[in-house]
Amino acid sequence: MTGSTPAQLRVRALRHAYGPTVILENVALRVPAGRTVALVGPSGCGKTTLLHLCAGLLEVQEGRITQPFAPTAVMFQQPRLLPWMVVLDNIALALKARGMDKRQRHAQARQMALALGLPELSLAQYPAELSGGMQSRVALARALVLVPKLLLMDEPFSALDVGLRYQLHQLLLEQQAASGMAVLLITHDLMEAVRLADDVLVMAPNPGRIVAHYQPPGAALTRSDDLVYRCAAELQQHRLVRGAFELPGTGQAADCPLGRWQDVGNGSDQ
Amino acid sequence: MPAYLWSGWGAGASLLLFIALWELGAAYYGELILPDPRTTFATLGQLLQSGAAWPQLWITARRALSGLLLAVAVGSGLGMLAGLSMTAAMMARPWVTLLLGMPPIAWLVLAMLWFGAGDGTPVFTVFVACLPVVFIGALQGTRTLDLHLKDMARAYQLPWRMRLLDVYLPHVAAYLFPAWITALGSSWKVAVMAELLATSDGVGAELAVSRSHLDMGASLAWICAVVGILLILEYGVLEPVKRELERWREAGA
Repeated sequence: MTGSTPAQLRVRALRHAYGPTVILENVALRVPAGRTVALVGPSGCGKTTLLHLCAGLLEVQEGRITQPFAPTAVMFQQPRLLPWMVVLDNIALALKARGMDKRQRHAQARQMALALGLPELSLAQYPAELSGGMQSRVALARALVLVPKLLLMDEPFSALDVGLRYQLHQLLLEQQAASGMAVLLITHDLMEAVRLADDVLVMAPNPGRIVAHYQPPGAALTRSDDLVYRCAAELQQHRLVRGAFELPGTGQAADCPLGRWQDVGNGSDQ
Repeated sequence: MPAYLWSGWGAGASLLLFIALWELGAAYYGELILPDPRTTFATLGQLLQSGAAWPQLWITARRALSGLLLAVAVGSGLGMLAGLSMTAAMMARPWVTLLLGMPPIAWLVLAMLWFGAGDGTPVFTVFVACLPVVFIGALQGTRTLDLHLKDMARAYQLPWRMRLLDVYLPHVAAYLFPAWITALGSSWKVAVMAELLATSDGVGAELAVSRSHLDMGASLAWICAVVGILLILEYGVLEPVKRELERWREAGA
């Protein structure tokens, strides 16, 4: 560690339990500004709990989370829009919470909505009138309009078809390149992780812990489809990843790996 | 709003059809059993014009609305409080079933013994009859508030005022409003019933008088007056407000 480290979300020696069930054991990670960290793991491995802890929605029981970023935005698994508010007001919700006046927040919300490909007409509609893909765009716009320093995402695109998912991935990466925010993304889709992230952390269940750390090559925006497929395959072939997802066989390590495998810290940090 | 006014034509047509059937019945059974609509409306017109009907209508309205307001205030407040606690919600359920199952006429008998022949009897009866309906609406509204939306509100650090006005209340209102409208309907019916048996003034008492005189025309005229006021209140006031509040509900449905 040097004195000039950029701001980063740091999780150290985190342990969390619901009653006697240990959900997270000795989890450590860091998300520096400008980087995207993807957490992949099977359902029930404690990913969402970890994200909720980072978002401050749950109390930390043991270990430490330092979260210097503000503002922070969260994108949940479902769009979670307020059904009684029109799209524009939904997007401007967090701006309203920060006391911005109506004209200004509506202008910013409109700009972000149009940048994310929401049609002008939809801004005056209620969420229920929009398709699932449009609702996800609204949720993304609501998060990005804050210009967050940290964006936490919990499988936000899992309900979308591949085309829509691809579009939203590109939009997210472009916004990130422009604003330099830190992103912590939860997903169970290895391809999504490899497409978006600078660091892919693999979690195994019972109790939830980080077992592998993979860095896909190059910057996310420059990765071609082909490279993403091959990296996802490489990731899935890894012994620890197969173990975490309970895939049969031990897999085979590539002779000349595309990405880099990093040592996983033991909770006391690298 | 213009769309709402246009939709009124359908309601109007169906009401007119009802009156036509009434007329048919009147022609079949004769004046003594069922006076025809025109005679009834003429009688009602006379009652209104002579000024005899207004004080009675006002008395009934006052009783029904005071009972209703009490029920709305107490029921909404207690219901929302009960909705916040799982234990209170579980405890309250059987009480509500009990209160809903108790016929208003039974309450009326008790109220007559407790409050005598004044305003207290009809107001109390209306109150007890409407209370469980409002209470259960408020309870369900609070209980069904989406946990996900609560988390979202916390994640985006909405101040408490926004949480109340933008997250909690719009949701609860969607349950409360229909309950209030149901309560309004029963408040009128129960008030007239209570007056019929327990008081010497109000529409119910007038009905009792016209019944004892075997005056079918007057009886029907009073009934029309009560139903008319109820229709005006519900479709003229409450329904438009409800539509405005719940536009999002119809959207995309």
